[in-house]
Amino acid sequence: MLTVTHYTVLSAILFSIGAITVLVRRNPLLMFMGIELMLNAVNLAFVAFSHYLQDMSGQVFVFIVLTVAAAEVAVGLALVVAIFRARDNVDVDEIDSLKG
Amino acid sequence: MTLYLWLIPAFPLLGAIFNALIGRRLSRQVISLVAVGAVVASFVVSVIAFFSLLSLPEDARLFHDTLYNWIAVGSFSVNVGLWLDPLSTIMILVITGVGALIHIYAVGYMEHEHDYARFFAAMNLFVFAMLMLVLADNYLLMFLGWEGVGVCSYLLIGYWFNRDNIAVGTDEKFLSPRSSATKAFVVNRIGDFGFTLGIILMFWTFGSLSFDTVFAQAPQMVSVGAPVITIMTLLLLLGATGKSAQIPLFVWLPDAMAGPTPVSALIHAATMVTAGVYMIARSHILYELAPTTLEIVAIIGVLTAFIAATIALVQNDLKRVLAYSTVSQLGYMFFALGVGAFGAGIFHLMTHAFFKALLFLAAGAVMHAMNDIIDMRRLGGLRKIMPITFWTFLIGALALSGFPLFSGFFSKDEILESGYTHGQLLLWVVGLVTALLTALYIFRAVILTFGGTPRWKEGEVVGGQEEHAHDAEKPHGLHPHEPKPIMWIPLVVLAVLAIVGGYIGLPEVIGTSAFAAFVDPVFHQTPIPISPTLEWTLIGISTAAAILGILIAIWLYVRDTKLPARLVSYYPWLYAVFANKYWVDQFYNAVVARPGYWLANAFWMDVDGRVINGLADGLGNLFRRAGQGLRSLQGGYARGYALAMLIGIVVVIAVVVTRL
Repeated sequence: MLTVTHYTVLSAILFSIGAITVLVRRNPLLMFMGIELMLNAVNLAFVAFSHYLQDMSGQVFVFIVLTVAAAEVAVGLALVVAIFRARDNVDVDEIDSLKG
Repeated sequence: MTLYLWLIPAFPLLGAIFNALIGRRLSRQVISLVAVGAVVASFVVSVIAFFSLLSLPEDARLFHDTLYNWIAVGSFSVNVGLWLDPLSTIMILVITGVGALIHIYAVGYMEHEHDYARFFAAMNLFVFAMLMLVLADNYLLMFLGWEGVGVCSYLLIGYWFNRDNIAVGTDEKFLSPRSSATKAFVVNRIGDFGFTLGIILMFWTFGSLSFDTVFAQAPQMVSVGAPVITIMTLLLLLGATGKSAQIPLFVWLPDAMAGPTPVSALIHAATMVTAGVYMIARSHILYELAPTTLEIVAIIGVLTAFIAATIALVQNDLKRVLAYSTVSQLGYMFFALGVGAFGAGIFHLMTHAFFKALLFLAAGAVMHAMNDIIDMRRLGGLRKIMPITFWTFLIGALALSGFPLFSGFFSKDEILESGYTHGQLLLWVVGLVTALLTALYIFRAVILTFGGTPRWKEGEVVGGQEEHAHDAEKPHGLHPHEPKPIMWIPLVVLAVLAIVGGYIGLPEVIGTSAFAAFVDPVFHQTPIPISPTLEWTLIGISTAAAILGILIAIWLYVRDTKLPARLVSYYPWLYAVFANKYWVDQFYNAVVARPGYWLANAFWMDVDGRVINGLADGLGNLFRRAGQGLRSLQGGYARGYALAMLIGIVVVIAVVVTRL
């Protein structure tokens, strides 16, 4: 029998994988994937709690998160394309022209 | 009836605004037409006002016209109002009349100058401020005019602000026009400080500054000789000594000669310097309540008259002789005020305006003819070459020295007579000696300038003259000539006034004084009865003093021309005292100017440079250093930011969770 704890632990694992991906990867596409993973880990937790508490508002949040994630990816990918066109390189460590 | 009074100051103000704003782009004809026209129009209105005032019965001769409420704060209320009584009528007639003649003269005198519009704008502004001074119906508005004439005086003394030296062909060192202008302004500020305090004390005492209230309340509210009225009048007197160049603040007037000659004639002889005399005469009700102050006024007046006359004896610069003479004659006016003969003081003010303006304008004609040489040791023999200038200057000199039947004779005699009849015997004697000295120094000037043989050569080029050449077309060599009609016609008109101006104020034994009949009701005075024998004696004595002075001058500078130099070698210390102007300038430099300079320097270098500047710089440096330290946090390493964010969020959540 799967309890809410299982879902929570899975969600935490997925979130940590996403966070580590964002921190260790230099490729912006992979970093986006990490961010998506973190967002969906949260979604999973929302759905699990929604089911456990029998409250639909958790699922409403999931839809909002999905929408925001879609918009964020669209903007982010557009930025990546623009940066690539300008610099022929999208390594995040190289993009530091605003450093203090 | 009084509706048109505001036109009198309005014309010069409009002229000044016009020339200041668009004069630069207009031709000289238009500029001078506007400037002269404004003053002439003002004079015409003044004459109309004079006659309508004259048509009123004697005790109703006052036009009081309130234009609008200027300041109203609580119980403090000041109107802009015009006050025309016989006293201010005399003043506006002198200001606009003599002013118009000087403006006409200046059209010729200044024709080669570059900044033509600036000159006439400042001159018109001066006439406006002076008219406001004498037409004001309260002390604050009077103070506005008082400061206004000071500013215009500053602007016009410093008219040649880009020249270092005005004197040509002389070894004497004078202050540059800019320094002279600053000196005049600063010295006047000291006087104005006293005037301001006097006005504040007046408001504190009477609760009002308008003439009708103050003069109505003063005799009821304070007793004769009360400390408050003595202090108030002394403070006002300090203001008057500044503006009218009396001891202790007379030092600025001789240096004011660095301005163009029409300025010297208009501002530093005929009008502005008489503002102090006018103010005391206007405040006569207050001064009559303070006998101590009146005593001081008389003593200051006589001392100034005497000291300035002795300095004038040894000046080599013609304009400076006239400047010290102005100081000396203003001293006479103060003497008259001090003995309570306000009418006599104002009478001398008027005749002095005629003959001193005449003397200055004639001196200007000499400068004009001699390529700006004004050192009398370089002049001489101009009698034949410039007859009109010579004769008008001579008339002015005779009037100044009090030669019988010239205007100065009647007015100066009236002053000395009132000094005698008011029991100031000692001061009367000093005044008499001064009258002798006056005749001596002015005839020395006449003889050195116009008499004898020339001490210059035709076609000579004088050292330092090139930089003064007004324009390239003017021949550089000396070629003295009579000035153009636009310059000599005002001279002739003033010469006529310098002769006939005295006949409206005849002494009692000869005829009636129309001037006294007109002005004296303002002062509510009845002349002290005096026996004809005594009056004739007094007239005889002062005439003798004047003629004796003239004879001494002729003896010293025509008959025995070696004698002045011998006198100098016999009494070197006396000459040193006169020639160094009693070391007053040096004294003020050491006591006031230098400490002030050091103090200003200390405030500038130490207080401003170190403390204030240090504070501002320190604050800036603080933020700059802080930014320097913080910039290492933004290394441009995006994953570093992400890690910091993660750690931060984890910490925050950990804190929140453990708190729950």
